[in-house]
Amino acid sequence: MRGERAERQPWQGLWLATPTLFWLLVFFVLPLLLVAVVSFMTRAQDAGGMLPFTLQHYERTLGIFSPILWRSLRIAALTTLLCLMMGYPLAFFISTRRSTVVRSLCLFLVILPFWTNFLIRTYAMRTLLANEGTINGILLDLGLLLQPLRLVDNQFGVLIGMVYGFLPFMVLPIYASVERFDFRYVDAAHDLGANDWRAFWRVVLPLTMPGVLAGSALVFIPSVGAYVTPVLMGGVRGLLIGNLIARQFGGSGNMPLGSAMSVVMMSVVLGIALLYWLIQRFTAIADGR
Amino acid sequence: MVVEAGRGAALRNSAVQRDLAIRAVGRWLGLTLTPIFAYAFLWLPILVLLVFSFNESKSVSRLSGLSLGWYEGIFANVIGTGADFSTDEMLESFQNSLFIAGISTFVSTVIGTMVALALVRGRFPGKRILDGLLYFPLVIPEITQGVSLLLFFSILAKWWRAMSGQVIQRGYGTVIIAHVAFSISFVALVVRARLVDMNPNYEEAARDLGANEWRTFWRITFPLILPGVLAGALLAFTISLDDFVVTFFTRGAGFDTLPIYVFGLLKLSPTPAINAISTLMLVLSSLLVGVSLALQGREARTIR
Repeated sequence: MRGERAERQPWQGLWLATPTLFWLLVFFVLPLLLVAVVSFMTRAQDAGGMLPFTLQHYERTLGIFSPILWRSLRIAALTTLLCLMMGYPLAFFISTRRSTVVRSLCLFLVILPFWTNFLIRTYAMRTLLANEGTINGILLDLGLLLQPLRLVDNQFGVLIGMVYGFLPFMVLPIYASVERFDFRYVDAAHDLGANDWRAFWRVVLPLTMPGVLAGSALVFIPSVGAYVTPVLMGGVRGLLIGNLIARQFGGSGNMPLGSAMSVVMMSVVLGIALLYWLIQRFTAIADGR
Repeated sequence: MVVEAGRGAALRNSAVQRDLAIRAVGRWLGLTLTPIFAYAFLWLPILVLLVFSFNESKSVSRLSGLSLGWYEGIFANVIGTGADFSTDEMLESFQNSLFIAGISTFVSTVIGTMVALALVRGRFPGKRILDGLLYFPLVIPEITQGVSLLLFFSILAKWWRAMSGQVIQRGYGTVIIAHVAFSISFVALVVRARLVDMNPNYEEAARDLGANEWRTFWRITFPLILPGVLAGALLAFTISLDDFVVTFFTRGAGFDTLPIYVFGLLKLSPTPAINAISTLMLVLSSLLVGVSLALQGREARTIR
């Protein structure tokens, strides 16, 4: 019956999609295309772009600014790794609680910080780690330290701040896939002679991989372009590519240069997203789906 | 190879014991220590803010005495050290945030639900491209969204002034447009998941009983996907309320939302009053989470 109607109306449902299509094309895709075009232009007096076209902004982005780009990618990768190392056991722990009430409570305790304002959360972490903060204050009072440990206003602070900010993004997708996991597979693996270690690597991890990949993407992408955390936790020594881009769009900036940086960053992220998609495809085929 | 039976058994025995030891250590590390550490990591900073918001002094490591001083300050219209930060201004920025989140949630929920229906039930060329387009806001870093919209609006304003001589101000309008642009995807993906799970027999039954498409939608489809629509709307609302980066680049000068105001406060005047504000905001978010969990509980009870 539905097939019949579909034959009658080959454009069925398009009107429902039109507002979204319009909105995303005009207010999402078009601005991105503008960024791509401006990245090849010369800087004008008002920090905007003008003709002639040039490649100098890409030369600078990949030249003198490449250390910052690498630093951003490195910190984003480390953030993802730390979130994974903490998030996987946590998600596993939550989804293996037998009582529904305990499980909901454990999940609630992960979600609640996630619903707190991101800036406030980051500031809370800063309060804990700052020179005059809780940890340093207590250790100095106890006489265990003579000088405060430098835990913020450097790359370490940014890393901890980002792990703190993005950990729930890792836990929730993994939780969803561990919850769906049928633990009889582990029994089967044991019956076939695998120990726990082997059963985990060969059975549990591959079957919960979709959650791991989704969580990693959700942590990695905002980490690469992070703006808030480096400002609040990193000081001058913890600046990342996101801060550099933002500066180019401020008062006496250079929008074409900022655009080129955005394009490079976006290409890296999209390249990784493509890889993610390919891996997903590959694992789906391997599973015979 | 012939191995002495006793030695073989002993070897096997020690292997089993080693396995059991690894298992015990692994379990303890993975299922006890790491989750405890993770929960401490998630909650310690928040608990510190909470506790020291009642501290008499400015210290965040030593409790010198309990006091409601920082809360009294907030209610006496003093937040920061300078005159720049008053409670009135904060409440005004919060109103702006609520207004923007309200409008952008409404618009994105309506058109996001529509596009979810089109993707699940519709049939038209370019459907797969649209599907891919919906993932854009999830894979493009926020900073890129922000600066691209800034560039777009500034070029648009320049062009419009040249054409008509009128000046476009950035403010409510531009921020709402930007928030809708990233919220649609969240609504559409949540509603689509709900639609895919829905049993299509109810709709067919309604049509067989003579209901037209419009009636079928409002009497059958919509009530069934409503929990998904509400969950999507709540997600869009929270993300809009919490957004800093995109708002930062699309707002005009002097136009604050709550996150913009808080950012200024944190950077320019970090006093313990922030601990008290954070505690109040935490209480508010807990209430919102409670509402969302209640909604999800209702969702679980609705028929499939």
